[in-house]
Amino acid sequence: MKKCYINGIGCISAQKTFEGGFLDEVEVNTTDVIFSAKNPDYKAFISPGAIRRMAKGVKMGIAASQYALKEANVEIPDAIITGTGMGCLQDSEKFLKAIIDNKEQFLTPTSFIQSTHNTVGAQIALNLQCKGYNFTYVNGAISLESALVDALLQIETREAGTILAGGVDETSGHTLSLYELIGLIKKKDQGPIDVLNPKTPGAVFSEGAGFFVIENQKKSTTYATLEAVGTQNTLQESEVISFIENFLNTNNLKPQDIDAVVLGNNGDVAFDGYYNEAETLFSNTPQVYYKHLCGEYNTATSFGLWTALHILKKQEIPQILQKNQVTKHPINRVLLYNHYRGKDHSLTLLNHADL
Amino acid sequence: MPNKVAITGMGIISSIGNNVEENFHALIKGATGITKTDYLNTIHKDTLKFGEIKLSNQQLDRKLGLQADHRFPRTSLLGAYAAAQAVERAGIKNINEVPTGLISSTSVGGMDKTEEYFYEYFENEAIRRFILSHDAGETSHQIADYLGIKGFVTTISTACSSAANAIMMGARLIKAGKLERVIVGGADALSIFTVNGFNSLMILTDDLNTPFDDHRKGLNLGEAAAYIVLESENQVQKNNKKVLAYLSGYGNANDAFHQTASSENGEGATLAMKKAFEISGLELTDIDYINAHGTATPNNDLSEGRAIQNVFGKKVPVFSSTKPFTGHTLAAAASVEAVYSILAIQNNVVFPNKNFKTPMKEFDLIPQTSLLEKPIHHVLSNSFGFGGNCSTLIFSKS
Repeated sequence: MKKCYINGIGCISAQKTFEGGFLDEVEVNTTDVIFSAKNPDYKAFISPGAIRRMAKGVKMGIAASQYALKEANVEIPDAIITGTGMGCLQDSEKFLKAIIDNKEQFLTPTSFIQSTHNTVGAQIALNLQCKGYNFTYVNGAISLESALVDALLQIETREAGTILAGGVDETSGHTLSLYELIGLIKKKDQGPIDVLNPKTPGAVFSEGAGFFVIENQKKSTTYATLEAVGTQNTLQESEVISFIENFLNTNNLKPQDIDAVVLGNNGDVAFDGYYNEAETLFSNTPQVYYKHLCGEYNTATSFGLWTALHILKKQEIPQILQKNQVTKHPINRVLLYNHYRGKDHSLTLLNHADL
Repeated sequence: MPNKVAITGMGIISSIGNNVEENFHALIKGATGITKTDYLNTIHKDTLKFGEIKLSNQQLDRKLGLQADHRFPRTSLLGAYAAAQAVERAGIKNINEVPTGLISSTSVGGMDKTEEYFYEYFENEAIRRFILSHDAGETSHQIADYLGIKGFVTTISTACSSAANAIMMGARLIKAGKLERVIVGGADALSIFTVNGFNSLMILTDDLNTPFDDHRKGLNLGEAAAYIVLESENQVQKNNKKVLAYLSGYGNANDAFHQTASSENGEGATLAMKKAFEISGLELTDIDYINAHGTATPNNDLSEGRAIQNVFGKKVPVFSSTKPFTGHTLAAAASVEAVYSILAIQNNVVFPNKNFKTPMKEFDLIPQTSLLEKPIHHVLSNSFGFGGNCSTLIFSKS
């Protein structure tokens, strides 16, 4: 079986993740319940006319993917695989609102055209003139992981040698207000938000894009190898331990073989118990959390994966990400665990490129 | 081939029938499902015709045995109904006995509820349970929960090629030995959103759709759900399973031409068909029937026709589009047509391309317009979607 190397990454988030570096400058925001992703200078990647036309998700996707491709020194990948939980929300809402408000009259197709879930993947392909395999997965919190499962399969079975895979989600006003209505988003002004010691339900919502160049060969830019990705649609809290143990067993590993575990805690008191369960397997392992920096969105694990790849490459865990005080060196194996509201559980295993 | 991909069950609900037999019967009789709408609350109800399933949501609830306070949008109702048929037909009793996945696909997800309650959600608490049913992945969760699947569940949404890609991904996971069994397909309900979207693009006909006809005016939208069960050869042998057909080839490519229009030379479609041939190891002359995408839009049929000529040259196999029966069922179209392709193989019959009269000026391709009985070993089925997404599947006799 071919090894699967991650050779380039591009990440847009509520933090300064796009300009390189590894969280050298961090904004800690414990008051807002919605974060916006920081827009890079899109002019470097997209024509001015297109910048005006495109919704934020498409722009973030194009910029993040271009950045990743450039880093890996890849012009056109063999395949483009995108994950997005909610797809092109802004254009969907715009078109739907126009339908309802104008009673199905005077409609122009632009926002409908851009509303389909595969718009980001399609626009990336169009820009690159990439005629290869192009899939879009839309399955909540495992949208990115589904894309990774696919990418891993393509490399292992030699269907493709160079793959661009990533995740993207954008926020949009109407959907955010519906989420506030049903308590998915934390209520405003309930005091400082502490993701590790949650007292209230809901999460801080955000948006972002992370794209990764995954290849069958090691390069000078290699961050790590992608070893395995496992997902499960639903689990009880009591099943988390066996879910993780089975996954590790399949990969001939024990919990103590993991040198850092990256957990998706989002500070929702109703659902972070799953992470408490997972932690019991890793009490002697450095534990990492990150959603206090990037917020929650269906593809927030793109920020988590970006974090894990930097940890492996730089062999350090910035203080701001440390969930416990355990340290371990060298850091050879990193495991990510994420879920959203008890659904769409994922485990992603990365190895140091020299391992 | 290291691991053959067997098809052991199928289920369907479309405007021409609530199960496989009803669909087959309508295809043989030439009975279309395109009608005026009984359920859609649209200002276009008098001018447009649809491939609408004549069951209300309440009737579907009862068929599924759901509680009154369920959270299923129509896409999930149709999806659960068709997927359960497929599982039953495959003789599966204990669904989690072997690692079993679900790869579903949809383009609208729960859009029907979102458009109905868009503003009402803010006033009426009782309906808020549908807010989370909007997202495409949630419809797959609902179908998986209905089937009792615990494991790998994901969703693909690549517009009108979605179900082909779900089938393709399932096949690749079986071949690689990652899953023993996977239920694949798609579901899409009619919605005001898509009706107005396609209408604003001016690609809906006000009549019946006429694929590959020179005077074609566009498509009829339809709704459907269809799923097939894919199993490894290992499972087939161990359980002495009856194999309906094999999935022998698949290919996906991107036209990279325009967000919604296909290139006139059909480059993406040509690449998808060629890839499918490579995987299958079949010769061009092995194909006995092409179930075309054939939406009856001016753009699709020209592009697809050119692509078919690019691949097959002068020896184009018998082909037809079944969209005049069902309308264009978007994300479900490829799984609906997968079921029809398997039925063609099982019954050695080519279904007619209804409503065709005048050959297109651009080429001399004439679809099969009447029911044709002939031995069928291999069927090639095309599906193309927005975003330049082009997919081809090849089904082969067991």
